[in-house]
Order: sequence, then C-alpha cells, then structure tokens
Amino acid sequence: MNEYAIEVHDLTKKFGAFTAVDRVNFNVKRGDIFGFLGANGAGKSTTIRMLCGLLQSTSGTASVGGYDINTQPELVKFNIGYMSQRFSLYDDLTVEQNIRFYGGVYGLRNNRLRDRMDWVLKMADLKGRESSLTRTLSGGWKQRLALGCAILHEPKILFLDEPTGGVDPISRRNFWELINRLSTEGITVLVTTHFLDEAEYCNSIILINAGKLIAGGTPSQLKREHIKDPILEVASSNVVEALEVIRVQPWAIETSVFGTKLHVLVKDEEEGKVSIRQTLSANGIQTQSIQRIVPSLEDVFLYLLDKETARAS
Amino acid sequence: MYRSLRPIIIKEFRQIRRDPTSLGMLLILPAALIVLVGYALNFDVKHVPLVIFDQSKTSTSRAFLDKFKQTELFNYRFDVTGYNEIDGHFTNGRAKVAIVIPTNFAEDLLVGRDVRVQILVDGSDANTGAQAIGNAARITADYSTRLVVSAFERMGRQYYQPIDFQPRIWFNPDLLSNQFLLPGLIGFILVLTAVISTSMTVVREKERGTMEQIMVSPLRPRDVILGKTIPYMLIGLVEATAILVLGYVLFDIQVKGSILLLYAGIFTILLGSLGQGLLVSTVTDSQQVAFMISVFSSLLPSFLLSGFVFPVSSMPIVLQILSNLAVNKFFLVLVRGIMLKGVGFSSVWPQFVYMIVFAAVMLGVSTKRMQKRTL
Repeated sequence: MNEYAIEVHDLTKKFGAFTAVDRVNFNVKRGDIFGFLGANGAGKSTTIRMLCGLLQSTSGTASVGGYDINTQPELVKFNIGYMSQRFSLYDDLTVEQNIRFYGGVYGLRNNRLRDRMDWVLKMADLKGRESSLTRTLSGGWKQRLALGCAILHEPKILFLDEPTGGVDPISRRNFWELINRLSTEGITVLVTTHFLDEAEYCNSIILINAGKLIAGGTPSQLKREHIKDPILEVASSNVVEALEVIRVQPWAIETSVFGTKLHVLVKDEEEGKVSIRQTLSANGIQTQSIQRIVPSLEDVFLYLLDKETARAS
Repeated sequence: MYRSLRPIIIKEFRQIRRDPTSLGMLLILPAALIVLVGYALNFDVKHVPLVIFDQSKTSTSRAFLDKFKQTELFNYRFDVTGYNEIDGHFTNGRAKVAIVIPTNFAEDLLVGRDVRVQILVDGSDANTGAQAIGNAARITADYSTRLVVSAFERMGRQYYQPIDFQPRIWFNPDLLSNQFLLPGLIGFILVLTAVISTSMTVVREKERGTMEQIMVSPLRPRDVILGKTIPYMLIGLVEATAILVLGYVLFDIQVKGSILLLYAGIFTILLGSLGQGLLVSTVTDSQQVAFMISVFSSLLPSFLLSGFVFPVSSMPIVLQILSNLAVNKFFLVLVRGIMLKGVGFSSVWPQFVYMIVFAAVMLGVSTKRMQKRTL
C-alpha cells in the first residue's frame, strides 16, 4: 500500500488560452485532512473537479486511491465521496428519499442501505425528520445531510469543495468536528476553503494563487518558515487612519487590518514598538496597546500573496 | 442494467408527483388542448351572422330568404333598410354577410327575366368569407333548380339535368374538421411536452448541482440519460392514450387501423422528441433559456410547418423544404393514415424511417455532447 492517498504530478488545466491550473504538484497522506486554500477563482475547484473525474485534465497525471484519473476514472469514482458547496440535494424530496436515491446510485441495497441510512441520520442529527422535505431544512442540516449522502458508500477518500459556505458559525464548528472524526477513522479528506481559520484544522495545507502552487506544509511549519520577523498587534483610537500612516513607513514591512486592530510586520520588536508609538502620536492617534503576537495563517497567506503579487509584477 | 437505472427512475417519478406545474403541463395541458381544438378550433364555417336587405318585400322573396334563415350555415340577425346600415353592421362585426334582394325580384321571376341577388361579404376573415360565398351560392343554386323544375312541371314537361354531380366523401364523410385536427393534435402535444419536460428535468439538475453529484458517482452518462428519459417516455404514452380516449368519448374519433402500429409511431416520435429535449439541455444551463429554446424548437415547427393546421402543399417552396425539419409532419401523415384511413405499415414505412433517423440523430448528438461536457 502506498503511503499517499492522492498523488498529483504537473496537473494542468487550460480553458482556451486561460490556464486555470498550472503544473500543480502535491501529495496527500492517507488519513490526513488536507487543506486546499486560495482566493475564489484561484483554481481550487478546477483541481478538485479534475481529481473527481468531472473534468478532463489538459496535461499532467494524478492518482486517487491508487487509480489514475485519466485512464481509470470509473474506478476513481467508486472510491471517492464528493460534496460541493451547493449541497447537491433534491429540495423537493424528503430526507429519506435523498438518502435512498444516492444509496441506489452507489448500488447500496437492503441491509447495507438500512444500516448506512441509520448512520447518516444519526450523524446528521436528522432522526425523526426522515420525511421532512429537504427544502425545509436549515443550512447546517442540509450540509450534514449532503455530507452523509456523499459518504453513504464509505469511500476512503473524501473531496469537499467549499463545504462550509452559507452556514452559521456553530454549524461550521460542528461540521469540522465531524470531519475530524472521519479522519480518525482513516478517511483521507481533501478540503478547499477560503476561510483561513478553518485551515487550522488541517494536518497539511497548500496555497494556490492564479493556478500556481505558492506554498505548502503543516500550519505551524508555514507560520515558522515564512514569517521570521515579529508581528505586532496595535490597538489604537482609529484603525483606518493608523493603517494609512503606518503602511507608508519604510520600517513597516507589511501592514493589515484584523478586526479593530492593526497587524504590523517589523524587523525588530523593540524598535518597531517605539516607531509605531511615535508615528501614531505625531498624527494625533492614541495608541492603546502594542504587543507581539504569534502569526495566524491569515498573516502568513497575506504575506505570501503580497510577495507573489510583487514578484509577478 | 436496470439496477443502475432504478434509483433515477424512482426519483424522477417522485419529483414529477411533487411538482404540480410539471404534472399540470403533462396532463392538464393535453386535455385542455383537446377540448379547445375539438370545439373551438373549427374550420367548419357555420352560424355566419347574416343581415337581409329585402327591397322586394313579397312572398316570393320571403320564400327564397327562408332558405337562408333555416340553415345552420347562417345566423339570420336583422332586416335592414339601406346599404349604409349594412356598412354599419359590417364595421362593428354584427354581420359578415348581407343579402340584397332587388325591388322587382318577384315580378322578374314571374316573367322569367334574369334576377340579380347581391351578396355582400366581409372579407377580412378570408376563410369564413370564401366559405360563406360558397354556401350562399349553393343555397341559391338549389332554390333556382327548384324553380326551374316547377316551371317545367307547369308546362307539363319533364325536367332533366344533363350532368348529375354526386360527391361522395371518403374517410370523413361529414367533413368534420375535428376528425382531421384531433389526430394531428396527438403529435403536437407529444412533441411539445416531451421536449419541454426532458430539457427542463436535465437543466434543473444542472442548475441545482445535483447533476454534478450524479456525475461523480459510478453511473455512466448512458444510464443517467436512460433513467431520466424512461419516465417521460411512459408519461408520453399515457398522454397519447388519454388523447385517444378523450377523442373517442368527446368526438367519436376512432382508430380505423392497427392500434399497435399507431403506438409504434407514437413511441418513435416520443423517442425523437426526448432526444431533442436532451439536446436542448446540453446547450444551456439555465432553466429559463432551456424553456424558451424548447418551446421555439418544438411548438413552432410542429404547429406551423407540419401540416397540422396549414397544408404543407400550399406553403412557399422554402417553407416546404424547411417543413422536413418538423418531425411532426411525418407523424401526422402516419397518424391520419392509421386513424382515419386504416392504412397498414406498407403505406407508412417511409414516415417510420424518417422518424427513426430523426430520433437516432437527436439521441446520438446529445449523448455525444453530454459525455464531452462532463469529462
């Protein structure tokens, strides 16, 4: 058995003259939760759709569960589960009818179907709602039902394309707990998201921008490797003005707004603190606090994306 | 094979049952069309409103005019006393035909002079006008013959007619237009509902993302297409049966030929129409666009170009060539032949060949396009 559930080599997709995915390489270990991050239109969905056999690749190869996506798409399809942000359920059918339909599509029958239906209803917390029309369910429920339908046939590999779009924060947290549980049961999960806080749940992540892979590793690796300089979190009386005056200073490598606070990347912690206080008071802005923080993934990605954009132009 | 189709077929029927609009379109629309076409779309021109300008005002003129008042071809409305009144009635549509009897009608008849009776017709509705003139001419000719006969008898001579014209009408002896239209309606309804419902059911799944979910499953595109079209094929056959039953109950339209052959024809045109619907669904991802294309590509040709209402032989040559794109044109020949004339396979096989070619092209092209899109 191979150590990797998914192996991708130079995978490329062109739509006419536009290159949506440009020679992407990565491997996903068995049982990992693998995060696939990037802005909308960066090429995440295109990559996932190629791996699921929904889209033919222009060049490059990939194997999913040991099967080649170009030459054995049927075998790939038997071994994967796929769920997209659209929660592809039939709104005009009941919960049970949806489960029966997807079960039937994967050839589940009799006892097996009954067992799996029971499992999905329990997992999605839909016991007692079997005959509700799916359109009457809230977003969180639909999301869990869609997940349940995607893994009815107990696939070893699960693809989730923006699975938490349009659901409330509590449902999002519950959903990630579910994903964690699946991963401990040995299922490999490849998930795309643009919520960077969600990336912290992943064992491993890659960042894609304009079709190209720009970084990869575990979340802590990425934080350590890419941002060695200190990040200072600044609370002030006016965050917008503070941003305007600090970002133009030569000592501020990187400045961005996080909620009501400012994150400033500097060369040296003590010098930076002094410079920030001076600059703010010179502009009539009151400094409430400055402290060094551990960089979040968001800091890392904004930093990487800025570097990438600067390099490109 | 059936195992992989079963879930889709069951699901499709469940969705149809839950969706009142599609169910309405599939069952109520055909029923409404039959009743409308059977009763209202009637080319037999009867009860044409008539006014009479009788300047003679004699028992002779009244006897002649009674022939117009007694027939159901005309609907006698008023007596008028001048041309300007006729003008008024024509303008606001109270009358479409006026008969003008000259002052010396009775005297001239008595002495055997030629009598001129004027018939004025509102020609804005060409078909009604032409038929009304024909009917009026026939009534007048009949009456003239009767006058000649009695004149001869009075002179003690036998009247004889050199040529005795004896029309006998085959297949539809009463020349009822619904005998002709209702069989044609079967094709029209089947094409319309099959194209619309097939394209909508596929595009709806594309819009909701469920098609994508099915495509990542091990089901092959062929299974998906079959699973989605079989329910509509069955509904089409039920629909056709409903039309035949309604036509028989309401209008006494019977199938003179082989029912089996008729159903073979219905099956073939349904196959082509389902293929056409699938083809439409590969062109667009929006339900609205799919609906528009379906209506245009099915309703217009099968209504206007097929010979359902307007005979193909009287179309301009360009349209006659174009009419070959309307599969309903061939089905019409077949269905009228089997239902009204009772013909067998030997006279409708060319129609079968055409419809099978049409179905093969539609299904082939749409399956090709579908596979290309999803891979």
